[in-house]
Amino acid sequence: MIEIQNLNAYYGNFHALKNINLTFEKNEVTALIGPSGCGKSTLLKTLNRMNDLIPDFSAKGLVSLDGEDIYGSMDVNALRRRVGMVFQKPNPFPMSIYDNIAYGPRCHGVRSRVLLDSIVERSLRSAALWEEAKDCLKKSALSLSGGQQQRLCVARALAVEPEVLLMDEPTSALDPISTAKIEDLIFELKRQYSVVIVTHNMQQATRVSDKTAFFLLGEAVEFDSTDRLFSAPHDKRTEDYITGRFG
Amino acid sequence: MKRCKEQAARLLFALSACVCIAAIAAICLFLFANGIPGIAKIGFFEFLSGSDWSPSSGAYGIFPMILGSIYVTAGAALLGVPIGIFTAVFLAKFCPNRLYKFCKPLVDGLAGIPSVVYGFFGLMVIVPFIRTQFGGSGTSLLAASLVLGIMILPTVIGVSEAAIRAVPQSYYEGSLALGASKERSVFFAVLPAAKSGITSAVLLGIGRAVGETMAVIMVAGNQAVVPNALTDGVRTLTANIVLEMGYATDLHREALIATAVVLFVFILLINLSFSAMKRRKTL
Repeated sequence: MIEIQNLNAYYGNFHALKNINLTFEKNEVTALIGPSGCGKSTLLKTLNRMNDLIPDFSAKGLVSLDGEDIYGSMDVNALRRRVGMVFQKPNPFPMSIYDNIAYGPRCHGVRSRVLLDSIVERSLRSAALWEEAKDCLKKSALSLSGGQQQRLCVARALAVEPEVLLMDEPTSALDPISTAKIEDLIFELKRQYSVVIVTHNMQQATRVSDKTAFFLLGEAVEFDSTDRLFSAPHDKRTEDYITGRFG
Repeated sequence: MKRCKEQAARLLFALSACVCIAAIAAICLFLFANGIPGIAKIGFFEFLSGSDWSPSSGAYGIFPMILGSIYVTAGAALLGVPIGIFTAVFLAKFCPNRLYKFCKPLVDGLAGIPSVVYGFFGLMVIVPFIRTQFGGSGTSLLAASLVLGIMILPTVIGVSEAAIRAVPQSYYEGSLALGASKERSVFFAVLPAAKSGITSAVLLGIGRAVGETMAVIMVAGNQAVVPNALTDGVRTLTANIVLEMGYATDLHREALIATAVVLFVFILLINLSFSAMKRRKTL
């Protein structure tokens, strides 16, 4: 479970996130929607501290994972192991499918071939890629199609057994069929993981998520169950956005 | 009028290209035309595998020099390649921006130092150091390897750094997002992706080391015998040519030109593997 309290984030002087208060529950899919530049990706990358890579980024406020402050004493590598991420563009490493999946476990000290084999199979099965990939585990990951690559990236993230999975517009670079596969996958994943997904596609948000947060200009305007947010939004701005009046 | 100008410009460019092509063709022609007869007279195997080089008594075996070039180059690579690659990693991934602005021109500066200055540095610093530490005259295989190892650094660093920077940031971020440490991400996700570029860097550095002459002559001792120890003197192919060309005549002269042919083939092989490497990268 991730709790965000009074989070403010800045890129230099730009106030990217304004006083955010949200809670992401276990076994739930939360969608973050809003127009470009509203801060939803920034929030996502704050959750696993990938924003640390941006030189003038700073965050104030409390983000806690199971009660532990992630900007406090928690080791950032341990955090990223517990909070996995799938990027907007599929980014498999230029190595074999097997080595892509085994990369994370190897980083965390798994050496046993037998154990790695089983992790690879389990991860690929969870990402619904096992049937397609089981006969070509030694092939370069770059030979897969875009949709397969993205599922490989999901499998790679699952291989280190995270608690939360962050997805940053995971289907924006994919065709409709691959998109449907990823969406089915997200539905399966929530049995075991909390999923936070950034999406530009409101239909996608209604299809996959339990809760939705609507962002505008760095503010979390409205946060509610997906059904309520899309059928009876409280805020005028949310209503304008979901009915397509802007954005 | 405009057409005429365009034609003239095209002609100028074509001529410039021709100069370059003509130069390499002329060099090849000269080398092989003057070198091959010498090799034929001495005998192909006597020339390449003979270990006795004494032109005054008619023995022209360049085996010690071939081995000398290989040893010196290997020594330089052993020293320069790891240091160069690690420096490139540091510059591309670990160096704070302000330090980088200071370091980068220094590394580039290394490339601009004339080789005679490297040789001088070797003669004044490295050779005396080896003499006091290990005995002997100090001018040696070890000294030449050390000087050359430093000389190839800017090449190895520059090309490796470019290769590392060309690796998509998404590989690095993907690795970090799995909880891998920064060091691990650089060495296991970024470096493997830069492999072919780094191999090119190594080959270019080796090419530079094989062809280097001035600095090597100043610190290597130049005895035309196969060295038995790191502190023994050594003579490279390039040194062999430069040291004796001034006074050589007849067959001696042809043997030196033939030495240049061997050197030329060496460099050619290195460059060929370099371009093969590059081709594989684009595939």
